[in-house]
This record gives sequence, C-alpha cells and structure tokens, in this order.
Amino acid sequence: MVRLLVLALGVASFALPVRANDLVTDYTLDNGMQVVVVEDHRAPVVMHMVWYKAGSADEQPGVSGVAHFLEHLLFKSTDNMESGEFSATVAANGGRDNAFTSYDMTAYHQRVAADRLELMMRMESDRMVNLRLQEHEVATEREVIIEERNQRVENNPGALFREQLSAAQYQNHRYGVPVIGWRHEMEALSLQDARSFYDTFYAPNNAILLVAGDVDPLAVKALAEQYYGVLPANPDLPERVRPQEPPQISPRRMTYKDPRVAQPYVTRSYLAPERNPGDQETAAALTLLAEILGGGQTSVLSQKLQFEQKKVVYAASWYNGTSLDATTFDFVVVPVPGVSLQEAEDAMDAVVVEFIETGVDAEQLARIKMQLRASEIYERDNVSSLANRYGRSLTAGLTIADIQAWSDILQAVTEDDIIAAAKQVFDDRRSVTGWLMGQEEVTQ
Amino acid sequence: MIRYVIAFVSVVLAFPAWAEINVKEVTSPGGIKAWLVEEPSIPFVAVELRFRGGTSLDAQGKRGATNLMVGLLEEGAGDLDAQGFARESEELAAQFGYDSHADAVSISARFLTENRDEALALLRRSLVEPSFSEVAVERVRGQVLSGLRSSLKDPDKIAGKRMSELTYGAHPYATAGEGTIDSVTALTRDDIVAAHQGALTKDRLYVGVVGDITAEELGPMLDQLLGALPETGATLPGEADVVFAGGIDVVDFDTPQSVAVFAQPGIHRNDEDFFPAYVLNVVLGGGGFESRLMTEVRQKRGLTYGVYSYLVLRDQANVYMGSVSSANDRVAEAIDVIREEWAKMADTGATSDEVEKAKALLTGAYPLRFDGNGSIARIMVGMQMDGMPIDYIVNRNDLVNAVTVEDVNRVAKELLDPELLTFVVVGKPDGV
Repeated sequence: MVRLLVLALGVASFALPVRANDLVTDYTLDNGMQVVVVEDHRAPVVMHMVWYKAGSADEQPGVSGVAHFLEHLLFKSTDNMESGEFSATVAANGGRDNAFTSYDMTAYHQRVAADRLELMMRMESDRMVNLRLQEHEVATEREVIIEERNQRVENNPGALFREQLSAAQYQNHRYGVPVIGWRHEMEALSLQDARSFYDTFYAPNNAILLVAGDVDPLAVKALAEQYYGVLPANPDLPERVRPQEPPQISPRRMTYKDPRVAQPYVTRSYLAPERNPGDQETAAALTLLAEILGGGQTSVLSQKLQFEQKKVVYAASWYNGTSLDATTFDFVVVPVPGVSLQEAEDAMDAVVVEFIETGVDAEQLARIKMQLRASEIYERDNVSSLANRYGRSLTAGLTIADIQAWSDILQAVTEDDIIAAAKQVFDDRRSVTGWLMGQEEVTQ
Repeated sequence: MIRYVIAFVSVVLAFPAWAEINVKEVTSPGGIKAWLVEEPSIPFVAVELRFRGGTSLDAQGKRGATNLMVGLLEEGAGDLDAQGFARESEELAAQFGYDSHADAVSISARFLTENRDEALALLRRSLVEPSFSEVAVERVRGQVLSGLRSSLKDPDKIAGKRMSELTYGAHPYATAGEGTIDSVTALTRDDIVAAHQGALTKDRLYVGVVGDITAEELGPMLDQLLGALPETGATLPGEADVVFAGGIDVVDFDTPQSVAVFAQPGIHRNDEDFFPAYVLNVVLGGGGFESRLMTEVRQKRGLTYGVYSYLVLRDQANVYMGSVSSANDRVAEAIDVIREEWAKMADTGATSDEVEKAKALLTGAYPLRFDGNGSIARIMVGMQMDGMPIDYIVNRNDLVNAVTVEDVNRVAKELLDPELLTFVVVGKPDGV
C-alpha cells in the first residue's frame, strides 16, 4: 500500500487496495426484476431489501401520501398472511424489519441471519402481488399515518417550514408535495387509492432486489428466480415521466412565524440539476461545491461567518444529486443573538459572491477528495449503507455503471468545474429564500 | 512486540451458527486496559473510549461544564486552533466524535491503517492538551445556548426534563447535563479546565478497539494516547433516590400533538430477575410492532405512530420508562389504554407463546448488533462499564433462553406498579 504523501502543494495522494464495486454483483431476472448482491462475509447476517421505483412523486394529484400509506398497509394481510404476520415472523426469526418511502422510491427491508434469506424472499414476493386490503384496517392505519404526520411535521415548526419551502421551490413537479402527504388529502385516502397505487407500481419489472451480507451471489440468484422470477411483469407499467418545472423566472421569498421557534434562521435553495445516466459531471461538481462552501468546520461559510465575522452559530450547505428529476442546492445560516436574519442572509450572499471571485482553495479540495476516498473504505464496514446507496441510485434512474463511475467522476472534478457549477446554479430566479421566526421576532 | 503487553487474555466467542469474535484483553505497560478485536480485513481501526461519570460530575453550581468541555475538545489543542485541528483530521480522513451523557464521556474515533500513528497523535492532543481558548469557549458556548433555547420549545425535551425533575430529586440526574441558559452563561474557562481534569481520568476509563491492529501494537499506543491523563478526578455522585407520585403531570404547551412519557421504578442490571424483566419488557412495549402496547394503542386503535417502553439502566438509578405521542384530543385514550395494559400484565402476565417469541427476538437480534467495527467497539466498552466478563457475549443468549413464563409473570407482578406509573404530558391534552 502506498503511504500517504503530503506533497509540496499539500496535495495528498492515496491508493486504495480494494474497490467497493468488487463486492457487488448484479443481474436481471427474465421478468425484468433487477437483482443486486453486495457481499460481506464477516458475519453470517443478511440484509434483504426490495425497492420499488415508485414514490410520492409518482402519485396522482389529490392523493398525496398514498405511496407512504400503502407502505404501511403492506404490513397488513395478504392472501397467504394474516395482518401483522410478516413482521411477527421476522421477529420470531430474530430479525428486524421496516420500510421507508421517499419521493422516488419505496423500500422494504429485513435484517436476519443469512440462513433465513429464503423465508424473507417467500414473504416479500408474496406481498408484492397478493395484498388483501380490508376496510377496517385501512381506516385504523389512516389514523396512524395522521399521528405520524403530527409527530414528524405538525409538532415541528422546522418541518412545517420545509414543507412550505419545497412547495415554493417546485411550481409544477410533485417534489413540491410532502412525501407524507398534505393533511387534508391524507384524511381522505381510501382503500381504492391505495389499491390503485399498488396495482400500478408493485410488480417485479418495477422493483429491485438488494441483498447485502454473507451470501453467495449465485445462490441468491437461484432463490430470486424461485420466488420473484415466477411473478408476472406488469405490461401496463407507466413510463416514469412526471410534470417538469417550467422556466423559473422569479425569486421567491417567504417568512414562517411560529411561537414554537426558539432559534430563527435563514434558508436558501436553488433548483439544481441531478445526476443523470451517463451525465453526472455537473452533479459531481455540485457535490464538491456543497462540501467546500458548507460541509463542516473548515468550509468557506463556517470559516468566514462563524470564525471570522462571528455572525452565525451555524452555517451549512448541502446538495443531494441522487434524484430522478431536478433537485436543489441548499444553504442554512443560523445567526448569533443580536444579528438579524437580514444581516445573516446578506453576509451569506457576500461570502458566496466572494468565493466565486476568488476560486477554490486547492488544499481544501484535496482534503475533501481524500475524505471521499477514505469513505469508500469506511463504507465497506457497513454494507447496509452501501446497499442503500445502490437502492437510492437505481430508483433515481441511474445504472450500476453510473454508480460505479461516480467516485472517479468526483475525483476528476477540477477547481474550474466547481466555480462553473456555482455560477450555473446560483441564479436568483430559481431560488427560494426562507426566514423561520418566532412570533416575537421583529423583521427589520 | 509482546514485551509491551503485560496481560493478554484471549477468548474466542462463537455464537451457535454465528460469527466468531475473538476478544482479547490487552493491558498496556502503563496499566491501561482495553478489549480488542483484531479485524484486519478492512484497513481501518475503530476506537471507543468511555470515561465513567459524565455530566453527573459537574460541580455544584456548574451545571453544563462537562458538556461544554467535551464540546471544546475538538476546538483546538496544543498549537492548533479549531480550524487547524479540523484541517489535520480531514487530511488524515480521521473521524473523531466527542459526546457526553449522564454517566459517561464517550469518544469515538476511526482512522485508516495508513494514518494510524498520526491520527492517534492528533486524538491524543485533543484529550490531553485541549486549549479551551477564550474564542473557542465563546463560540461553543453560543452553540450550546442556541440548543438550550430550542430545547425550551421542544415538546419531547420538555417532557423528558419534567420527568427527570419529578423523578430524581436532588441528584444530578434531575437536571439536564447541558445545563441551563443561566448556568452555561456563567461558566468560566477555569470551570471548563476543572471539568476536564475531573472527567477525563484513567481510573474511570474503558477502552474498546476493533480493526486492523494487533495486540502487540495496541499496548504501547494506549500509553501514548492516554498515559498523560490524570489518575483520578471528581467524585461520582451517590445513588439517586427515585420518586414516583403516580398520576399525570401536564405541562401546558401549544402544539397539536401531545407528547407523553411515563415512568415507574426499574430493575438493576445485576438483579437476578433482570433477564425475566428484560423479556417482560419486550412483550409489553419493547419489541417491534408485536408488543402489547403497539398492538393495542397503534394497530387496533390508531392512536399513535409509536408507543414504546424501555428499561433505563443508569449507574445510579434504574427506571422503567415509556413514551407515546397522540393528538391532543386522543392522548387521554392512549394513556388509559397504556394504564390498562400495564395493570393487565401485572395481574395476568404474558402467555408462554408471547414469552417464547420475545426470547426468539432477543436471541436472534443480539448477533445482529455486532455489525461493524465501531458497533463492536461500543458493545465491548459497554460490557466493561457494566462489569461483565469477557465471555458474556457467548453466554448472553443462554441467560435469555433460561427465562420461563413463570419467571416473567412473577417479575411482572413484582415490578409493574400501575399505582406508581407516572405520566408527564406536554401539549394541550383534552380530558387529562
């Protein structure tokens, strides 16, 4: 192995012994179901996941939250299992199971001893096609998701604020509608709404099987063919085309006041391009830009606003390019007492303008790239996270080749690429600026 | 080199049909003990350090000093300021986490094999020679105060704080380790230096190491990393007298969903009835979707997204707690159902089917916890702090399997006390 060398320029060079993608095998079943296996033989444990390329952004208008509601209902009865039997069986086998829903996907997962993989496949393939919804269970579970919304959103002014910001950012795309749903639409979700989403999207040709852990890829393939391979593809699977954003031509500003806010702050988001198959370079530059501007203690925003000017308690920027349609580049600044939201916002803007003029600090970029390389080693200690990365990327329309090319594309990003990406994305006309305030706050 | 290692106990822990974990007890030349698992397959090392005491060591009138001190460890050390320290750790791709809670200060680190010596030297500086510069103190104090202001308007935090006040009397557990706005505002650099001297000491240190490192390498490294720390520090607080009045304490807070926590006396980790109580809790409210509380409150009635119960095992107190959140007009019903289930379990106990399923869940899920170098290091430190033998990992599932339905139901009668079960509700609850 090559020792870490710190060259005169402060550029770290580093070589990795094993690449993460050596651990990954993938194939597609005859019915169109994709299978990805991530091997980790250190412990006889397996993570079994099925990801559907169907999330809240695939819902029809008027039934927001149905993708997530259906996710809850998949733990109820099927033609072959009683309500609750799925999770009870996982638990009785010493495993843990759960599910999650996002804009672009819904995923179901179980963590069990590797020798229970077949049982998981038997049950998961069953509920892919045999769901038997019952009125009384639908009614009770609707109460549960409304309490979930209460807990996650209604009780949390920051979450209410984020919903409003997204709604302002996306003028036409379903990313502007919360995954959990708008409350008034959740209250009206019916068995038929859930059934319709299920019949449209739950099919092997719209699903990805991800198995991570102490498994042999060939054995997984045989089991997958036995349980998932026999399910018929849905010939009427709709093409995944959603309403897109019109040209955004007007900056939006919003203020949300809530007496439960103790710490006011400013957010800014810009509509930004996402990773696309064979076209990930801009997304890679934006990923590094977010790290450089606001990824931690040594980032430009922290350095200027927190350490030098002492105007903020916290400043950050982030960007997640793993998205089927246009994503956002985000900032937050939390002012210290005595600094107004306007001052904090102005200071943030000034730092970004100055950054674009001065350019990227080569040493900082080298440190970030070093950490990205190291994260590939650390990720091998956590194959569930590796599997999650594959699931998120594949359901966001990327290919295995895109996923495996991503780290090299990140490493190839130059200082000029980063500045060019900043100039492209930081366009007022596509921005939303938000102020979260307590009731007593005086604007100016 | 073997001569650096004074003691060297090795136990191969094999789960039936599970992984083998080879835990070694290493003692450094300077007498620092660590539990080590050599795991060379990935070129990095995870280190977990824990110092018993934590925020409970705060001196009288200095609430929040330990928490603020721990927050400052990565904010400058030796000739490095906060940014310099962060830059060095980034260059090494080393990750350090510093945290404090009621019973311990914990430090989690991971670093690449390549950079092991440099990373440990950097970690050492943060532990042994933190600078606590004025400018860093003010910056981190600002962050802590910002968090405290937010806590005052967070229903979950309000509920936890109120329950602690009601439960722990004059013990440090009664107040938040982060301190109050007044107490944190008043802390001086001297207070922080004193908290550092008081909390990071060798007599209360526990170490777990997992990864690409051998016992021979680890011994001397422990001395370099930790040898310069003081031998001993502040006095640990004594046992807490826990008090439960029963009833429902309402904290008025304008929010649509009420947050409730509930508590009653718990059971000690070393009590011979601990494992029956542990299984009991899984049946009642500690498992997944299948627990009685989840079944009755969520699955059947849709009153909540989640209801849980848990045995809280602190060094100086043992409490049996739970939590639920329901809309203001439904939380009264949720509380009634929880009370009924509590009483029903005390009266009629669990079925043997429930007990067997709970045991299957616990024994099956236990090996799943050993799912990475960092997790294993944390488990090993926790075991040491709880005074468990190195072979506990092998025997733990036998202890669960030995529990019978009779044990569970006897313990349910003794432990569960619907009269003492005390609720704190934060919100605008109807009919409570």
